[in-house]
Amino acid sequence: MYDVVIIGAGVVGGLIARALSACELKVCIVEKENDVAMGTTKANSAIVHAGFDAPAGSLKAKLNVRGSELMPQIARELGVKYQRNGSLVLGFCKEDRAAIEALYERGCQNGVKDLRILNQEEVRALEPALSKEVLFALHAPTGAIICPYELTIAAIGNAMDNGVALLRNFEVTAIRESGDGYEVCSQEQVLQTRNIINAAGVYADRIAAMIGDTSFQIHPRRGEYLLLDRKKEPLVHHTIFRTPTKMGKGILVTPTVDGNLLAGPTSVDQGDKETAATTADGFAQIQKQAREYVPSIPFGETITSFCGLRAVGSTGDFMINVPKHGFFNVAGIESPGLSASPAIAEYVVGLLEKQEGGLQRKQNYQPYREPDHAFREASIEEKNARIRKDPSYGKIVCRCERITEGEILHAIHTNPGAQDLDGVKRRTRAQMGRCQGGFCGPQIVELLARELQIPYEQVTKSGKASYVNVGKTKEVEA
Amino acid sequence: MKKDLVIIGGGPAGMSAAVAARQSGISDILILERDEHLGGILQQCIHNGFGLHRFGEELTGPEYAWRYEKMVREFGIEAMLNTMVLEITNEKRIIATNAQYGIFEIEAKAIILAMGCRERAKGSLNIAGTRPAGIYSAGTAQKYVNQKGYLPGREVVILGSGDIGLIMARRMTLEGAKVKAVCELMPYSGGLARNIQQCLKDFDIPLLLSHTVVEIHGKDRVEGVTIAQVDERRKPIDATRQYIPCDTLLLSVGLIPENELSKGAGICMDGVTKGATVDQDRETSVDGIFACGNVLHVHDLVDFVSQEAETAGKSAAAYLTGSGQKTEDISIRTDGKIRYTVPQNITRSADVEVYFRVSDVFRNVNVCVYQGNEKIYTKKKGKVAPGEMERIALKKELFAGAKELVFTLEDAK
Repeated sequence: MYDVVIIGAGVVGGLIARALSACELKVCIVEKENDVAMGTTKANSAIVHAGFDAPAGSLKAKLNVRGSELMPQIARELGVKYQRNGSLVLGFCKEDRAAIEALYERGCQNGVKDLRILNQEEVRALEPALSKEVLFALHAPTGAIICPYELTIAAIGNAMDNGVALLRNFEVTAIRESGDGYEVCSQEQVLQTRNIINAAGVYADRIAAMIGDTSFQIHPRRGEYLLLDRKKEPLVHHTIFRTPTKMGKGILVTPTVDGNLLAGPTSVDQGDKETAATTADGFAQIQKQAREYVPSIPFGETITSFCGLRAVGSTGDFMINVPKHGFFNVAGIESPGLSASPAIAEYVVGLLEKQEGGLQRKQNYQPYREPDHAFREASIEEKNARIRKDPSYGKIVCRCERITEGEILHAIHTNPGAQDLDGVKRRTRAQMGRCQGGFCGPQIVELLARELQIPYEQVTKSGKASYVNVGKTKEVEA
Repeated sequence: MKKDLVIIGGGPAGMSAAVAARQSGISDILILERDEHLGGILQQCIHNGFGLHRFGEELTGPEYAWRYEKMVREFGIEAMLNTMVLEITNEKRIIATNAQYGIFEIEAKAIILAMGCRERAKGSLNIAGTRPAGIYSAGTAQKYVNQKGYLPGREVVILGSGDIGLIMARRMTLEGAKVKAVCELMPYSGGLARNIQQCLKDFDIPLLLSHTVVEIHGKDRVEGVTIAQVDERRKPIDATRQYIPCDTLLLSVGLIPENELSKGAGICMDGVTKGATVDQDRETSVDGIFACGNVLHVHDLVDFVSQEAETAGKSAAAYLTGSGQKTEDISIRTDGKIRYTVPQNITRSADVEVYFRVSDVFRNVNVCVYQGNEKIYTKKKGKVAPGEMERIALKKELFAGAKELVFTLEDAK
């Protein structure tokens, strides 16, 4: 019997799991995919918003500002890259002025610190690559960037180190009430638990409906992105937005914590919760808008494009509630969900604590985790000490990003271990460079097969039936 | 560690350069190879067609590589395998890593760059759709099939008609897969004519010119692709969209010289070849650093790689022994129809062979070389195409005293 089953191993479920792992509770995360951070968490703008967007008094506003405050320490404890690069909302015309002033006012009400409206010269001084058409901008120094899947992998890894279980490829098909708790069922397995936390992203409405809660719906909204190659010095340092219109926040241009440039997202509602597909129109829209603020943005250096689905709730605000004793919805976590995620975790633990009449803290809780990128960023002396102990750290597998066999083995064997090619990529950056895994892919497949003790042809790109090879040559029937 | 000559890359270029330098009297040579064996990409090219020019017979890739590896061994040239170079400085210091020495440094008196090239990846193409398993560059698929012994798919569409794509169309067919189409964005193929015949036509595989893949479908694994014809501006024509069910998309959309190390050393690059600019000795803009093979410009045939590497090896030896004064400073310019030349400049008064590629298919043309307004050389060509590298030989008397030579392509009336 678990005390808590969390449905969904995204950033929200992950940070809740980590927060609960500090308490004397038996916790399990179930995830329908072969890895964590596979839904909305995997493909978004990777921004920690300052908190001036959401209407004052909303849960979004409150948890965004609080989340933004909590994020630096969480990132430090988990060894996750976090950079407070600040954000700029650009104004191009008189009409934008009123909107920017309104954002400024709202930000002040929400408690965002150090907001300022900059004039043209100040903007140009901060970001020389911006369009000369920019007349003014709202500057939020507390805006930041983080890698959402790195944060999630680290949070869940740390939670697992503190005793939380993770079950992958566990797709919840039914929830039954039983005794003083619930049974969470997949096709193969049934888990007994006293509490359920529904952090199922775009599927949160379906999960809630399993206990009869049909009070909300989640509508997937597609967001496409283009990711550009790394540069020694990024073209822009701040996260660049344009003044929001009725159509939303529009396309942003931002550096990532790894030094790439990211442009997107588009914003298109779709009925399908399964398919995240990019479109030619989406690429064109991103390029056109991004060039309006950063005219010299080098789209010729695009290394990949991707598409994510945001979990847009039917109320406009985050929907964090308790429809039944022991069942907690954490739903509609759209933007600024990543920014708010540490505060959402704090808030949900508070709700559980209230229900339980207090939670007992673990004596031996370990909040720290060795960063996945520790070796990559070590000094030459430190690297050589490591290579002497373990020569696999001297063998480069991914030549573009210079990732060693040792780092890949570490990713496979460290909670939550990588089990497929994409899992290795997200943890190590191997296959993420210029050749996109062309050279190292076959070698990483070999390492996965060896370490996971599965046949070579059973290795997948991303779990389920995403097999990299269809069989041995000479043995495949056409 | 100190070495007279360090060669970065143990493929056909690196081995040939090493042998040539050794034959020119240099004994303190080290080859650094990132893979676990010498031979580079030839090891996965198990088809034949290598060596016709060099050895007068048809060899497979591994056989061709072995001819050179044998020479490397017989000469006792030192090769460090599983060793990746991380950085080169313009003072010819090399930082490398391997399991044995960790991260270590080598001081070289001369360096030959022979790192080869890589395939252009999917990301730069911005194909719409999903990102399932089953999308590979042709070279990656070649590695799975020929070296690992696994088949990456059963029903294949190939985008791009570069030589590796053509070779893989045949290879996958021989392994029992069905290659449904090869789509080429351009109105002509970038591959060798013999490969189009032997790899596609002989197997009834359709080559769709002026076609591209506009969308990828499938969740876990590729389930199909949508292709379309493109107009003269290479924009897909919506009315021609066509769905092809398949489980695999192979990409053969170009090769890019791998010059990250060269750029780090501050070597001047040619924006067209994406390789270093070199003189007839294959010496780069940095004194004592040479480049040859596919890291310099992408070749069609390994035979010419070996030949170019020999030039680089001999020249590096001459550099180390202080022979061979460089007396000239002639730069080569091209018109638009000739995309580039190698070498890009001439620094010695000696006969020179100039390699080049053209930007489109042209028939009945003259390759002309001008010095100022004076046409100093003409050679008639029945047909030239981007997929076939051309070369001309210039006698030293022709360009004596020149500052600049201009290469043009003109109609032969």
